[in-house]
Amino acid sequence: MSGYYAGIVILTCVNLLSALGLSLLTGFTGSFCFGQAGFMAVGAYVSTILTMRYAAPFPGALLAGVLASTLVSIPLGYPTLRLKGDYFAIATLGFAEAVRLIVENLEKITGGSRGIPSIPTHTTLPVILIITLLCIWLIRNYVSSRHGRNCVAIREDEMAAQAIAVNTFRYKQISFAINAALAGLSGGFLAHYVGFIQPSMFGIQKSTELIVMVIFGGMHSVTGAVLAAIILTALPEALRAASAWRLVVYGAVVVLIMVVRPEGLLGSWELSVASVQDLWIRLRTRFSTQ
Amino acid sequence: MALLEIKNLSKFFGGVKAVDDFTYSLDRGHLHAIIGPNGAGKTTIFNLITGIYKPTQGDIYFDGQRTTGLQAYQIAKKGIARTFQNIRLFSEFSVLDNVRTACHQRASYSVMEGLFPTPRRLRQEKELTNHAHELLELVGLADRATEKSKNLPYGHQRRLEIARALALEPRLLLLDEPAAGMNPDETEKLMEFIEEIKEKFDLTILLIEHHMEVVMELCDDIVVIDFGKTIAWGTPEEIQSNPVVIEAYLGVGEEA
Repeated sequence: MSGYYAGIVILTCVNLLSALGLSLLTGFTGSFCFGQAGFMAVGAYVSTILTMRYAAPFPGALLAGVLASTLVSIPLGYPTLRLKGDYFAIATLGFAEAVRLIVENLEKITGGSRGIPSIPTHTTLPVILIITLLCIWLIRNYVSSRHGRNCVAIREDEMAAQAIAVNTFRYKQISFAINAALAGLSGGFLAHYVGFIQPSMFGIQKSTELIVMVIFGGMHSVTGAVLAAIILTALPEALRAASAWRLVVYGAVVVLIMVVRPEGLLGSWELSVASVQDLWIRLRTRFSTQ
Repeated sequence: MALLEIKNLSKFFGGVKAVDDFTYSLDRGHLHAIIGPNGAGKTTIFNLITGIYKPTQGDIYFDGQRTTGLQAYQIAKKGIARTFQNIRLFSEFSVLDNVRTACHQRASYSVMEGLFPTPRRLRQEKELTNHAHELLELVGLADRATEKSKNLPYGHQRRLEIARALALEPRLLLLDEPAAGMNPDETEKLMEFIEEIKEKFDLTILLIEHHMEVVMELCDDIVVIDFGKTIAWGTPEEIQSNPVVIEAYLGVGEEA
């Protein structure tokens, strides 16, 4: 595979990892998070500083980035996850902006707004691909487990979930932590692929882009988030020839989906052996009756 | 011994005394009803028992343990299940998943095991699914297991909510107007059903109901409240002939 296409796949995986976390937190648990870029920044900066300044091995640094962003989610989630709907979204938005500003001002450690250049590019296609597939598998397992059901119950009706003995706060915290871990991982990979990071990469635009992916693909489907991450990362690249118009087309596609299919591309459909068989049977009966 | 004991319970919303010095006890294996006019504070009492509201004053004991101040999910875990007056199902879930979600007693696998399909998890999930199917069978919804719960007709939704409550394997079941919106025929069936599950699962039941025929026929004891205060407490016969109750709730002459 040529470098260009490999690059697109790597960037897709980076976005996918982050969107996967959001799918669990926002799509399945129902907590709208607008600060995903903040967690990515934590993962990116922690891992980069470790590999560059302390010559830490890449896997260790990556793991440290994941750990750091997960740890950040705990004190952040404690007061904010009790907030209702929109307020939680605003709190996470504030968090991401705070991270960006802190990074900008800790010039000695983070290089300030100029960022950190010439990061060793450790992210390779096979590694990120395997890890991404593994993460998809883990999240699929989680959402179909009893814990995943509890998360959806919280999204559907928090009071009813409590009435059937679901510790709603704990499950929200777990989803928040898993989300942060995946975003941290995504950030670490991103830094060591691009070879350069600066605070403006982790602004509100990035958070929005990721939440759009989850909504676009179908809030209640892991498959949807995966598909949307692929489409929405590849689309701007495919449209590169149309340079000035590509973001317009990107926006139009998103608007179109929201108008035509508000539940997202896949709604709550999941890819599995059973669901494909089911789809096949339905398609066949449709064509045989015609 | 009393399974549920409530002592001097009050709940004020600003200046409104929704529940005012309510004292009550419910013995194991009994079926009681709370009746009273709209806005009398019946549902507030349920919300206090289940921990959705924190009482302004007073205490609640379940099976000898004080539950005042516990979170709603902790109280549910102790064995108090409920249904809601305005049905609260997980509408995007299938009928089966609504029940499966509440089957906590049948599965103990950890969050870590949630990430992997371990044999223990698969076994427990299978067991829990079987149990959920049994409960659906019991409430007569077995053939609609895969439908989304929001697509069920109203009466079925009520029964599904009861099935979900039973999935918790509770000792005390609180039913908030289970016969609301049902015709006499359906109400009759519901009454039989309530008696059936009470025997089968060895339940203690407290219900709120406006259908007098349900209450009078089914219950061992009736508590009548008005303006958050208990105005009468006794057997159906005693309540029917109580002048205070007749004036406040049952109405005089032809309406009773």
